[in-house]
Amino acid sequence: MQSSFSRLPLGLCLASCLLLSTQAMAQTSVASPAPTTALASDSVYQVNATLTDQNGRAFKLRKHLGKAVLASMFYTSCKFVCPMLIDTMALTRQGLTPEERAQIDMLLISFDPQRDDVKKLKSVALSREVDSSPWTLARTDVSSSRKIAATLGIQYRLLSDGEFNHTTVLVLLDRDGRVVGRTQKMGAADPAFIKLVKQTLGTKASGS
Amino acid sequence: MLPTTLVRRLARLARLDRSTRLVRLARPASLAGLLCAALLPALRPVLSEPLAVPVAASYVSVPAGAFASVLSGGSSDNAPVAVAAFSLRAQPVTVAEFLQFTKVHPEWSRAQVPAVFADANYLHGLDASVAELHGQQAITNVSWFAAQAFCESEQARLPTWYEWEYVGAADATHADARNDPAWRAQILGWYSQPSSQRQLQVGAAPNFYGAQNMHGLIWEWVDDFNALLVSADSRNQGDPDQLQYCGAGAISLQDRENFAILMRVALLSSLSGADSTKDLGFRCARSPVQ
Repeated sequence: MQSSFSRLPLGLCLASCLLLSTQAMAQTSVASPAPTTALASDSVYQVNATLTDQNGRAFKLRKHLGKAVLASMFYTSCKFVCPMLIDTMALTRQGLTPEERAQIDMLLISFDPQRDDVKKLKSVALSREVDSSPWTLARTDVSSSRKIAATLGIQYRLLSDGEFNHTTVLVLLDRDGRVVGRTQKMGAADPAFIKLVKQTLGTKASGS
Repeated sequence: MLPTTLVRRLARLARLDRSTRLVRLARPASLAGLLCAALLPALRPVLSEPLAVPVAASYVSVPAGAFASVLSGGSSDNAPVAVAAFSLRAQPVTVAEFLQFTKVHPEWSRAQVPAVFADANYLHGLDASVAELHGQQAITNVSWFAAQAFCESEQARLPTWYEWEYVGAADATHADARNDPAWRAQILGWYSQPSSQRQLQVGAAPNFYGAQNMHGLIWEWVDDFNALLVSADSRNQGDPDQLQYCGAGAISLQDRENFAILMRVALLSSLSGADSTKDLGFRCARSPVQ
């Protein structure tokens, strides 16, 4: 089976690449239907999930409307990349001017709601010194976690040993909650990503 | 060949397979479809709130068990995966059922669905006349978000990959027929069939669990569609600064000869939640009430 795959004609691969790119173009040119609410049709905030922050306060994603958001997903028992994720978010924020920092929220949502209760979120928030504005550590129900992850393009999977395998991605949302960019560079601030954050903050909300 | 490389090629094949099915010929209505179309209006006066009371879908009970998945659970010895008891829709969701759902929940109609939840193909070409002619065909061109919403509307959810694979492993008489070459050949036969000759009419011989159309009709969404191939060996490729994946052990492909199942993994892994395609539908699952 493997050898037959390696003999796949190049043309086939090229054709599929072309198809992929035309599909991508079709997706980016999707005409947004008139939104039924004030929310942009392509806003992540269309996910109407109820989340709970590290202080036990319930909120909806759309509470971040009007501010840009650096968002990601994690789980508190993660030992390796997740602490690095918080560091990277903080480093990215440090790359901004004080005026810019005032316009951006930092949002971390657990994809392990069965273990990550409010107490655990609070504990991480305190130990990592991210327990105050603009930081929010949050949890929601299992189904909503999967939906939010799907809109953010974040993948996660529970392994048999209780660890999660997951993509570590920092996602930038504009003031309307649209995904405008992402970086997978961890451990240091990504200059291109910081540039994108600055650009995003420089643009007015569409007000759609 | 590394598993990820294999999967990328499978994903390309799956996409190609989709794209070759561009033309779906108008098909004559089946007797069952006509009967249903004729009966539905007749039933409406009987129901006080016809649009809000869909006919209860049939679910089959699936007992708990353990099986070897094509995806490992993270350990190298591919320990069997435990599946808790659940119930699964006997058939994929049909065009008529989904249209009914959009009448009750117009926010999921093609006109109103937010762009973040559905791409431009969503419910393409689907209107009332299609429903009359093809109401008993499997609904396709639905996004993962819409499929989730439909299942929630009948107090259900999408099955997980493990649940789907567990039931999909059965033939008519065995819970796990995957090592039967005839079973594999029969399923693979579907992939070589031009779509213009295929119909999406729901209903076929039930398998061991009583589920129908697990193979040979459509691709199906699963709850964790986007997490099937979060693989550790991706960490060994590309920029070492990009620590994209967390979690030791990770997922790797087992049973690489099971081409029919791997095609599904590859296709699902290549999609995002808002995508919809002509051959991708869904069915729902329920956990037992506690």
